[in-house]
Amino acid sequence: MTEPLLKVRGLKIGATAYPPGEKPIDIKIVHGVDFDLQPGKVLGLIGESGAGKSTIGLAAMAYGRGGVEITGGEVWVNGRDILKERLRAVRRLRGAEVTYVSQSAAASFNPAKKIMEQVTEAAIYQNKFSKAEAEERAVDLFRKLGLPDPETIGNRYPHQVSGGQLQRCMTALALCPQPDLVVFDEPTTALDVTTQIDVLAAIKEAIAATGVAALYITHDLAVVAQVSDHIMVLQQGDMVEYGTVDQIINDPQEDYTKALVSVRSIRHEEKTPTDTPVLRVENVTARYAGTDFDVLKKINVDVHPGQTLAVVGESGSGKSTLARVITGLLPPSDGTITFDGRELAPALAQRPIEDLREMQMIYQMADTAMNPRQTVGTIIGRPLEFYFGLKGKAKQKRIQELLDEIELGDGFHDRYAAELSGGQKQRVCIARALAAKPKLIICDEVTSALDPLVADGILKLLLNLQKIEDVAYLFITHDLATVKAIADSIAVMYQGEVVRYGTKSQVLSPPFDDYTDLLLSSVPEMKIGWLEETIAHRKMESAGH
Amino acid sequence: MHPIVKLIAQRLALGLLLLFAASILIFVGTSILPGDVAQSILGQSATPEALANMRRELGLNDPAMTRYFAWLGGVLQGDLGTALTNGRDIAESLGGRLKNTLFLAFWAAAISVPLAIFLGLLAVRYKDRWPDKLISAITLTTISIPEFMIGYVLIYWVAIKWRLFPSVAIINDSMSLGAKLNAIAIPVMVLTLVVLAHMMRMTRAAILNVMQSPYIETAELKGLGMLKIIRKHAFPNAIAPIVNVVMLNLAYLVVGVVVVEVVFAYPGMGQYLVDHVSKRDVPVVQACGLIFAAVYIGLNLVADIVSILANPRLRHPK
Amino acid sequence: MKNIPISAMIGLFFTSIYFFMAIFAPWLAPYGMAEIVGDVWEPSSSEFLLGTDSIGRDLLSRMIYGGRTTIFIATAATILSFTLGSILGFFAAVSGGWVDQAISRFVDLIMSIPSLIFALVVLSVMPTTVPILIILMGLLDSTRVYRLARAVAVDITVMDYVEAARLRGEKIGWIIFRETLPNALSPLIAEMGLRFIFAVLFVSTLSFLGLGVQPPQADWGGIVKENKEGINYGIQAALYPAYAIATLCISINLVADWILNRTTSLKGGRG
Repeated sequence: MTEPLLKVRGLKIGATAYPPGEKPIDIKIVHGVDFDLQPGKVLGLIGESGAGKSTIGLAAMAYGRGGVEITGGEVWVNGRDILKERLRAVRRLRGAEVTYVSQSAAASFNPAKKIMEQVTEAAIYQNKFSKAEAEERAVDLFRKLGLPDPETIGNRYPHQVSGGQLQRCMTALALCPQPDLVVFDEPTTALDVTTQIDVLAAIKEAIAATGVAALYITHDLAVVAQVSDHIMVLQQGDMVEYGTVDQIINDPQEDYTKALVSVRSIRHEEKTPTDTPVLRVENVTARYAGTDFDVLKKINVDVHPGQTLAVVGESGSGKSTLARVITGLLPPSDGTITFDGRELAPALAQRPIEDLREMQMIYQMADTAMNPRQTVGTIIGRPLEFYFGLKGKAKQKRIQELLDEIELGDGFHDRYAAELSGGQKQRVCIARALAAKPKLIICDEVTSALDPLVADGILKLLLNLQKIEDVAYLFITHDLATVKAIADSIAVMYQGEVVRYGTKSQVLSPPFDDYTDLLLSSVPEMKIGWLEETIAHRKMESAGH
Repeated sequence: MHPIVKLIAQRLALGLLLLFAASILIFVGTSILPGDVAQSILGQSATPEALANMRRELGLNDPAMTRYFAWLGGVLQGDLGTALTNGRDIAESLGGRLKNTLFLAFWAAAISVPLAIFLGLLAVRYKDRWPDKLISAITLTTISIPEFMIGYVLIYWVAIKWRLFPSVAIINDSMSLGAKLNAIAIPVMVLTLVVLAHMMRMTRAAILNVMQSPYIETAELKGLGMLKIIRKHAFPNAIAPIVNVVMLNLAYLVVGVVVVEVVFAYPGMGQYLVDHVSKRDVPVVQACGLIFAAVYIGLNLVADIVSILANPRLRHPK
Repeated sequence: MKNIPISAMIGLFFTSIYFFMAIFAPWLAPYGMAEIVGDVWEPSSSEFLLGTDSIGRDLLSRMIYGGRTTIFIATAATILSFTLGSILGFFAAVSGGWVDQAISRFVDLIMSIPSLIFALVVLSVMPTTVPILIILMGLLDSTRVYRLARAVAVDITVMDYVEAARLRGEKIGWIIFRETLPNALSPLIAEMGLRFIFAVLFVSTLSFLGLGVQPPQADWGGIVKENKEGINYGIQAALYPAYAIATLCISINLVADWILNRTTSLKGGRG
């Protein structure tokens, strides 16, 4: 075996937090991690938020973000322990031997400088290439990464190109100095799923073409399975499992890895639509005040009692606006909404309390959906008091019942939002909605801000509650895996229109329209070789057309 | 037309509109408030004839609109009217005083701006260490002290105890530059202290804001040295906020000048204004108020325009 | 209240002392406010702890009475500016639309003229009495409170929990008092401290310029004005009120800082 390019031994990383007015607290982020990376190979680092994966990635450049400090261990790059070197020597390594691609290219590019100048800066500064050579390399990389107008795109400013393009420019920036190792830190997480697949393919091809080694950091096992040779699973700063992609995906040993692999495997039997939908949206058109285009164009969907309609689409498709129109926050300019057999007033203020009670909402960010100054008991108790006039013992009893239903149990009644985890907060928001005994709950991206395992728990809970309470869901999401898990019927939205609508089995079976086909085929599957197959398939199709 | 030109033209028009509105406000403040100007000039014991005379002399019998436009028309032609107390032309008396005030403000700015930016950078360099904390503490102190107190403390020590500089700042045209600077040394120190803390603190915040941007991290991960990062990546983005800070503080300085001139008996606009407020000389007060407001609005406008010019999104639209 | 940092403790301590002296001035002051008890500018002695002033009044007594006047005017002006500014600010934020635009643009206009200059312009035609000073300062300063209150309220009203309350059908009263206000309270109270400081500095400056509290009534700015000639003879009489203003303002600043920090710590992280 050749000498590894990157050798990490006993890496310990910590940080100091300074709560105002209190003594500083030492936090341990990574407690001793070992791994090797051979030249030209790709290692995937995977874990949920707080696993320490980004921190480990940056340690390969001897860099601690914010107050983060590398407290112990060794990091060998090309035969030198970079943690023992002086800053001057480390600087010669950064941007030359090891480079970095961040999650948000939009923030990581300097807004005041042209793209070309930033892409070539490290290569020139580190004396790897002359200015002319570096620019030639950059154009070549732009081309390899499938950017439009590779000759001239470098003359633009970062805000003049799209998010997906900028992410590819960031990859060009990292590859331009011909490094030995690139650290990819969630490079596709912020992108829409149909953009993600292109960027992912571009990154993979560029890695193969340049023979560079890479650390690929992500929370999405299906993504990392496409680009890596090996995978390391991290949890709370400890390594859980390390193996080849094949072994991790097809034969995981540890329980935690098994859970990650089988995430989103919830399946739910589709129910048949009834004759009397609880919510009927007919020909709804809407626009925001002061704009001159319709964000929703003639939308027609039904939600059936006790069933789930999933509204799926990418950012800008109008799916969240649909929720605002149904709740009355944005009165439609045309069309009607019928709820439980009666037509709803267009604006929230005109609707009777009973209509409001029967339609509840759960939000994406449970953080901002809970008043930080109210306890869990107050938050869940308010709808009980407001709609049913419950007081004292009766109210407390009901609150406890609801807490049991959302599987939180005792000890949460007097807590504040800041004392709960993300998943717990979302559960409290579900309980608040349930407290009103609604017929319909609108769920706006309720699992997108959560880690996959936590999100799975929330989905299971929602399905379970649907059985007990016989409540209907209008489930808004961008994530097709979630849709497959819980929907009875599906509406696919694209640029303000419903492009495909029907029961789950209808919508997910061919023949597809172009957009649904693109959307469905872009969702990464937990299968080795999925990316190549899909790309090859698309190429064939476009050749066939 | 480039959108940025349009935007700046809009800002300029808005500035003019604001100035126009401010002139109305000043006029209304002095003319339509319940107190009768004639009464307050002549006092409670004035005879009805004297009051009537005074009212006629001031044109108080005309409707407010007419008086306002007559006044504004005069101002636009450089005619600020005549002072009630001595009958002298206001524009003439103001000319020299405005020059003196700008002279004082200029030197205060020339010292405080570079010093504040330097100390602000220092605070960033030693963030959360003792130099930064010391700077924070000094800021807290100086914003809690009235300008005149700093003035008298400095007079007490620098002029009286140590006898380094004079305690009154009287200057005239026949003095040499050196003599003038010697005369205004303490007032300049006071003004510098007054704005320094604010400016330092705001500069620190502006630079920290830029230095915490992800693109600075990108530059660090390219292996660039600190100086190069500051010069090539931080500076182009920090210019607008820093100019903003400077302009806001210069505007603040202009107000601080009023008190400092009184403390040091300096023959500038501020002292002229305060003098004539107590003499209830309305035309002078209106003229001074308008000039101060114009300077204030103008400096804020410059800050606005610089941030527009420095914004790459506006300079290079999609 | 157990985790008060030392700086805030010091601030609270001095602030309480000053307010105590202001309230109980007639019982604490050794001599009358305008009583001439000695020679001009006597040095400090056991009889006159801070010496006497430019016409032989006991400086300590004048300082105590002066503090009473200054603190009273500043408190009244702060209450006025605060009530007016926060009510208008909340109103504008919750109403939105043209109401918000109209109030906000008017406030912009008032703020386009420096407060001191505006006050001087108005005082040139108004009699300088205590009620007028309070109203003038209160109105001018309410523009700043307005901006903060509006900004804070706008930030909060876009929060999902406020939307959730609106979707529930809650009345505007519940939304303002139960959902919005508890979250806006700390920055507003901290701002109240800053406004009070500003009012103390402002009234002192006006009195110092001879356009504020009129003699023989004592206030800190006025005492500086009465005794400023003494500086030239090395007499510190004019500096005492300045020290008093500075210590009071710094103390309140320390308290305001602590209140503000407490909010930020509540927002982030656990506990």
